[in-house]
Amino acid sequence: MRPVFFIPLALFLFFAGLAAYMLANGRFETVPSGMVDKPLPEFSLPPAVDGLPGASQANFIGGEPKLLNIWASWCLPCIAEAPQLERLKEEGVEIIGIAIRDRPEDVADFLSRYGNPYTRIGADDISELQIEIGAAGVPETFVIDGEGKIRYQHIGDIRADDVPEILEILEDVK
Amino acid sequence: MIRAFLIFLFAAIAMPSAAQDTLPPAPYAYKQLDDPDLEAKASDLMDTLRCLKCQSQSINDSDAPMAGDMRHQVRSRILAGEEPDAIRAWLIERYGNYVSYQPEVSASTWPLFAIPALLVLIAALILLRRLGKRRQEERA
Repeated sequence: MRPVFFIPLALFLFFAGLAAYMLANGRFETVPSGMVDKPLPEFSLPPAVDGLPGASQANFIGGEPKLLNIWASWCLPCIAEAPQLERLKEEGVEIIGIAIRDRPEDVADFLSRYGNPYTRIGADDISELQIEIGAAGVPETFVIDGEGKIRYQHIGDIRADDVPEILEILEDVK
Repeated sequence: MIRAFLIFLFAAIAMPSAAQDTLPPAPYAYKQLDDPDLEAKASDLMDTLRCLKCQSQSINDSDAPMAGDMRHQVRSRILAGEEPDAIRAWLIERYGNYVSYQPEVSASTWPLFAIPALLVLIAALILLRRLGKRRQEERA
């Protein structure tokens, strides 16, 4: 047999191997938002809990860069994230929360258990802002600069070793 | 032992449902548009948009709350007179091509369209050459 006859077999094995590899390791774990470096969309959401105001785009205009934290009381990784948000708050960062599909009593319960790092929480009952800002899940955190522009997206819960990086980015976009 | 196993089993079943919200679905998540033509337009679009929370399901096929909220967006935008292509573009701007199931020719996907055509062409050339050779031999 001439070696050239083995080319189709080799090609087939290559693609079969590639398919097996991609099935095992492929798939994007995260869907990055295309809204980074674009202005924060216009929105205005009612308060998600008694005692804290709701949130709107206007809250981000002017002043220091702020964090927009997309979360929910029913979201388990959000519990893991709570201490890190508390630390960011202690560092003087203003965090505005967006509660996705949540009930006021559940939000209040979550805050009393795990602490309240937020100055405002808007209620997004139909994931309107979540989709508008390109967040594929909860939790996600966006850095918004003083001009109301989205500068950075953190997908998933903020871990302890992510805090310095986020503080640095907040400093950089001032 | 069996009891412990059963408790574990029930806990395992209960866990995922605990990580879901309990709010009612968005108005247009499960409610069709009154106008059948508009609903058909919306439905065709929703068949080719990917649910971001689930693997390999369109938002039309998924019961994930976020898929319902995306269906609400699609239906209300269709109702407001937006074209399906504009809504797809709006979602792609946010989530990238990942959100769309509609194949598109782009800088990274053109080989998918070009290679099959090329292979058919090569196969046709080889076939013609062989048939030509055989005919020559028959004549000789």
